[in-house]
Amino acid sequence: MSAQPFEHDFKDTGPIAADRPDVDQPFDQTTRDEMEQLAARYPDRRSALGPILHLVQSVDGYVSARGLAAAAAVTGISPAQVQGFATFYTMYRRHPAGQHHIGVCTTALCAVLGGDAVLERVRSRLGIAPDQTTPDGRFSLERVECNAACDYAPVVMVDWEFMDNMTPEKAEQLIDQLAAGEPVQASRGATLAGWRQAERVLAGFDDGLADEGPSAGEPSRRGTEIAASRGWTADTWPTVGPTVGPAAGKDRP
Amino acid sequence: MTAPTITAPPADEQLLVPVLTADWGQPESWKLAQYEARGGYRGLRAALVRPPAEVMAEVKDSQLRGRGGAGFPTGLKWSFVPGDLSPKYLVVNGDESEPGTCKDVPLLMASPHTLVEGIIIASYAIGVNQAFVYVRGEALHPIRRLRAAVAEARAAGYLGTDVLGSGFSLDIVVHAGAGAYICGEETALLNSLEGRRGQPRLRPPFPAVAGLYAKPTVINNVESIATVPAIINHGKDWFLSMGTERSRGMTIYSLSGHVRHPGQYEAPLTITFRQLLDLAGGVRQGHKLKFFTPGGSSTPILTEDNLDIVLDYESLAAAGTMLGTKALQVFDDTTSVVRTTLRWVEFYQHESCGKCTPCREGTWWLVQLLRRLEAGQGHPGDVDLLLSVAQSINGQSFCPLAAGAVACVTSAVKHFREEFEAGYHTPAWEYLPYAASAAFAEPAPDRSQPARSAPDPAAPDQAGAGQGDGAGRSDEASQTDPAGRTDEGVTL
Amino acid sequence: MTETAVKANPELVTVTVDGRAVEVPKGTPVIRAAELAGVVIPRFCDHPLLEPIGACRQCLVEIPDAGNGRGFPVPQASCTTVAAQGMRVETAATSAKAKAAQEGVLELLLINHPLDCPICDKGGECPLQNQAMAQGRLQSRFDGVKRRFPKSQPLSAQLWLDRERCVLCSRCVRFADQIAGDDQLSLVERGARSQVAVQPGQPFTSYFAGNTVQICPVGALTSQSYRFAARPFDLVSTVTTCEGCAAGCQLRVDHRHYQVKRRLAGDLPAVNQEWNCDRGRFGFVSERGPDRLTVPLLRRDGQLVEASWTEALAAAAAGLSRAGAAVGVLTGGRLTRETAYAHARFARAVLGSNDIDFRARALSAEETGFLAAWQTDPGQPVTYADLDQAEQVVLVGLEPEDEAPIVFLRLRRAVRQHRLQVTTIAARRSPGSAKLDARLIATAPGQEAAQLAALDLGAGSIVLGGERLAQSPGALTALAAVVRKGGRWAWLPRRPGEVGALEAGAFPALWPQGQPVGSEAVARVWGSGLPTAPGRDSLAQVAALADGSLRAAVWSGVELADLPDPAAARAGLERADFVLSLERRLSEAAQLADVVLPVAPLEETSGSFRNWERRLSPVAQVIGRPGTPMTEIRVLAALADALGVPLGFRTPDEAAAELDQIEPPARPAEAAPDAAATTPVAAVVPAPDPALTTPVAAAVPAPARAAVPAPAVWTVGPANAAPDPVLATPVVADPAAEAAGPAIPAPAAPADPAALGPGEAVLATWRELLDDARLLDHEPALRASARPVAARLNPATAAALGLDDARRVTLGGLEFDLVIDPTVADNVVWAPSRAPGLNLAVAGLTPGRAVAVTPVAVAPAAVDPAERPSEEAQA
Repeated sequence: MSAQPFEHDFKDTGPIAADRPDVDQPFDQTTRDEMEQLAARYPDRRSALGPILHLVQSVDGYVSARGLAAAAAVTGISPAQVQGFATFYTMYRRHPAGQHHIGVCTTALCAVLGGDAVLERVRSRLGIAPDQTTPDGRFSLERVECNAACDYAPVVMVDWEFMDNMTPEKAEQLIDQLAAGEPVQASRGATLAGWRQAERVLAGFDDGLADEGPSAGEPSRRGTEIAASRGWTADTWPTVGPTVGPAAGKDRP
Repeated sequence: MTAPTITAPPADEQLLVPVLTADWGQPESWKLAQYEARGGYRGLRAALVRPPAEVMAEVKDSQLRGRGGAGFPTGLKWSFVPGDLSPKYLVVNGDESEPGTCKDVPLLMASPHTLVEGIIIASYAIGVNQAFVYVRGEALHPIRRLRAAVAEARAAGYLGTDVLGSGFSLDIVVHAGAGAYICGEETALLNSLEGRRGQPRLRPPFPAVAGLYAKPTVINNVESIATVPAIINHGKDWFLSMGTERSRGMTIYSLSGHVRHPGQYEAPLTITFRQLLDLAGGVRQGHKLKFFTPGGSSTPILTEDNLDIVLDYESLAAAGTMLGTKALQVFDDTTSVVRTTLRWVEFYQHESCGKCTPCREGTWWLVQLLRRLEAGQGHPGDVDLLLSVAQSINGQSFCPLAAGAVACVTSAVKHFREEFEAGYHTPAWEYLPYAASAAFAEPAPDRSQPARSAPDPAAPDQAGAGQGDGAGRSDEASQTDPAGRTDEGVTL
Repeated sequence: MTETAVKANPELVTVTVDGRAVEVPKGTPVIRAAELAGVVIPRFCDHPLLEPIGACRQCLVEIPDAGNGRGFPVPQASCTTVAAQGMRVETAATSAKAKAAQEGVLELLLINHPLDCPICDKGGECPLQNQAMAQGRLQSRFDGVKRRFPKSQPLSAQLWLDRERCVLCSRCVRFADQIAGDDQLSLVERGARSQVAVQPGQPFTSYFAGNTVQICPVGALTSQSYRFAARPFDLVSTVTTCEGCAAGCQLRVDHRHYQVKRRLAGDLPAVNQEWNCDRGRFGFVSERGPDRLTVPLLRRDGQLVEASWTEALAAAAAGLSRAGAAVGVLTGGRLTRETAYAHARFARAVLGSNDIDFRARALSAEETGFLAAWQTDPGQPVTYADLDQAEQVVLVGLEPEDEAPIVFLRLRRAVRQHRLQVTTIAARRSPGSAKLDARLIATAPGQEAAQLAALDLGAGSIVLGGERLAQSPGALTALAAVVRKGGRWAWLPRRPGEVGALEAGAFPALWPQGQPVGSEAVARVWGSGLPTAPGRDSLAQVAALADGSLRAAVWSGVELADLPDPAAARAGLERADFVLSLERRLSEAAQLADVVLPVAPLEETSGSFRNWERRLSPVAQVIGRPGTPMTEIRVLAALADALGVPLGFRTPDEAAAELDQIEPPARPAEAAPDAAATTPVAAVVPAPDPALTTPVAAAVPAPARAAVPAPAVWTVGPANAAPDPVLATPVVADPAAEAAGPAIPAPAAPADPAALGPGEAVLATWRELLDDARLLDHEPALRASARPVAARLNPATAAALGLDDARRVTLGGLEFDLVIDPTVADNVVWAPSRAPGLNLAVAGLTPGRAVAVTPVAVAPAAVDPAERPSEEAQA
């Protein structure tokens, strides 16, 4: 069963309205400098539009009106063009995200392996529907599409970090830990530092957490370990014909 | 397309050849020091002393084909880019969003330097001085690891101006996407990378002529470029000695779903599905294979009749499906194929870019038909209408996304028509209770009859999982909303 | 392509469509080839003037042979498939596969389409409706839920969008980007939620927005002006020429019950292709207000009261005869060629006066000489096609987007196709110049001549000069001198009737067809006893009325606010013994008249204009049952009869026949050397550039392009005018030109800071397309697209005037918002000429003169300098 009703009435769709009580002060100088830095990384400034909007979300929690205006000014395109871009991609939000953003994968495989049940549990635990944020601003929920971790199904992403092999109970415990402010380590990634910091990394500003987390999870290493146990390596494969290149010998490639 | 004539390898035959995945088990395998310690960047050093044309020829002659889904010969793609024009660009497609596909994310997380080295060698061969890696925005940690690797490579002199004193200079920008499956299509990716809506472009002009910023551009998948160092290291003949006559080399197969050990299995393109399934411990205990996707959700599904199919481009094409992204999603007898098909089509409807009529409007219709059938309220003739709508979508849309949506529908109805027709009267969650297919469901006792027998009173109360029989359904489309119904009192 | 830019010998390919072979230029899409083969392929997103996008998929065809012996496995979109040699195409007419594909796409388009046909304006002319009736299913197979959007939402004051009807063909979005250059419209959201939208708070205020309504293939886009006004099958269409400006656009005017309901762009590839501007499209209701005149007015004891035609005509005749020949005639620049000719003959033959002028605007004696010379020998006029081929176009004293919008579109098309470089000599970079990527030469008013003389203008350069050059001494002379450097020039007035009036002789220095005053050829038609005394231009007439040397005035369609000195004009009329006003609406001038005679509006009469290319642009009668009994020609004929000297004709056709019967003067090149004309300068003119003489269409016999004749060199100013001090002083600007003819007069003293008083700057201005012009009355939605009203200074000048942090300023008593615009020339303040309630002329301000710019005290709100609207170079 689909996890949510078939949406057919698009009342509140369209461009991001400018009438939200946005902060009307311009961004501080550091944010403006960082936007310029991003624009300078590309042969054409317009390519920085995506990263700049991620940066805006790291500051305002969503694509704010002032964010749209700043992105348009830095990339030199019209606000209408920025609207076209910002409303196309699902990671740009219309309303402020929670401190932690929870994405439950309910595409076919994860759904069949229990993603729907996990989503139900998270909904009832948080008391909100997908695309909503809890009143206290701690959590926002999203029904995400396949997140390239199917061998760890069902998967939940928290602040776009992998929380693998989820069950309804583990999901609930995860939320309890986060609500209590305890540090939570992603299955394959860093200690959760909040959705805004994730957006800042996506914009292009490193947060120094690359070395946290394992090289690979157990399923990712499955084939390698079976091969190792049977002595199968790149070199044990019988090469037919002249071998060219420096690695003709038996040692490691 | 005729299937190549090859014999199944003898039992103790080497089935796996870990190359890209070889070091995923090493601690801190993503660091430069560990990568160099295991031979990293020796391929680059070897390449830089050879003329670029020779490096390109090596890759071309290795007959490496694209690992992103289309399977286009990588070396040939490189050769389309005019040699004398500059600037030209190499763009690596790391948007990995095809349902079932999970090979690039672990690769970026465990051995990003394999990709970085591949990019430098490829750029050297093509004559590119500016490369981009477009990684989907939802893969946060892989982006961290890849950016760290690029920084390490730049610090070590593998990037920047005059790489290793060769006079060749290259810079790499790692660009995070923002959530759009369509940006896996190469021209939609270019639009997204240029700061535009991710909608596919008209072809011609092809990207090799006018791609990024209307300059000649090569777009390759992460795994395709990550395979280049190994080809340079081991030589093309080592690569040619693996795989079938027209599907050469080894590749990463991703197993997921109802298998005992889902995961990444790097094997030559001669391996059969049965061999791969056996390596993964077979279908989970007490269940039987019902259907699987050979190459991700956009590839028509296969059943147990195809257990012995060779997983290469030609064999799967001959069987009317595709190797695609080599994502083998395995579903056992507890799975409702109507439910799975609906969720796939909902994926395509949500990810359709909305540019062309057949995809935007067609998926809208398919979803409603499938929801009705899933809810057991199919109108008479809905299954034939489903196929008719699918036919008026297939082959008429602007890009192949819509064909992906149709692939699962037509193949599912072909193999399991009776299950779809059950949708005229029986909700899918009653036909095959959903809870049983969950990964965390209690292991079902060994049952001999097929799943369609009367409901097994002995089946443990699904409620044990603190949940009704599957997701609550406050679903507008199915008027008789069995919210919160449990299995009792179910009649087929 | 409807407008086929055919090169000299384009490589042709042969394509067979449904068995019919057709030859098309290489690169032509199959859909165009099918049109040329006479085969109908339905389409929604394809448009011949827009880049193909292949979105709707309605034009799917089967291609069994792509020209290489292999066919495409699946149907192809004919709009994005390029015809190749030997390609075989089968449309739905002959291929079951194509037919099934097209019907499939149509069905998918209809499943989410609302059943609005009964209330949708597009009904009766809707391509989707036509296709559904022709190829659709009788019974829909879709019984699911349609997508719902809130019904029509405004995109601007004029445009309404119904997203439920939209089929997302993106024609409107592509038009805004590719043709108009106003990126205010875009597609937003994704998949089934996709929709057209504007940025909240920034409506779609393009000057060309109305075109999107015309090209929308469904009823998604409708205009406030025409919504629910009529059904297409109730309308009667008439093809005519737009009276908005001198571009000469073809219009299709639809009317019902003797009232124009809408005006659409006509399809005239040579001029406006298939576009027009919103002023032409929506500005046609100004004569529907309560001030419309249909009954003559007569002044009795100081009051204008309604009177019968006989009384009014008798009073007018009496008034005019009392004045004898001391009558000044002004015709206002918006009359058809035929009406202007009627006035020309009426003034000379009936009133016996040469004092007639069509220029109800700023002018100069230099302009009079320039126009006289141009009309005497127009040479080979510049055309739109020449603009397409030009390498460089220089704009001087001209803002095409505001003053000739379709010329702007044509220039932008050439710029987008990477062929044309535009340079603009102007006081600032306007939005139009920005969209033309124009190279700006920031110039203070009065410096145009020097800047133009300094430009290198080789072959392939065309200079377009606007009417505002009359306010810049030496500019028109420099414009004419462009020919000496191998370039070509064209003069673009703002009003549609000026070139025609010049030809018709409604001009002090010339009689019809460029014949000199006293010409025998004209006397043969008009009879003897014609006045030979030199004619007065409109400013001289106003002065003469004030000092009594002129005793009567005949003014037709002249607004006092248009004249450079409205107060003087009012004084002149009040002083005059007798004032006759010919009007469609009660104007300021009419209120000062003794007799006001109502004349038929343009839509109730016929005739023609000459656009800036001198192309004869026919005006057809749209409304057959006129609201006023007589056209202006008929009124003049009646007056002539009352004055005892018959006009000789009563209808526009007769006027045109008579005018065309008069021969233009022999060209100096052929004529025996006339003592008055100095020697022609043939030597300097280079041989015609082969690129320019390429035949336009291979099929059409190459037009005989005569070598560019020697430039007309005119006697220094009209014989009678007091020698203009500026013209008289020889200045050696271009030594080579020294021997070749009158020197280019020294420009007026440049606006150097020293000459300006404290707190002063030189005023620069032009008329914006949508201002308080009376032509736009009663259409508020149109005026809502006007540009924001502001005075502009560059940062240095603002600082010099101590206006760094001023938000509002006063110019001669008028208050404006202040915008700091770095593109404005130094020591110059720019302001729009006629923003609503802010008429510079009425406030006594003259462009080119110094004006005090004083800050307006603003309540001490926390003004953050960074916040003040400072416009980047890309205004």
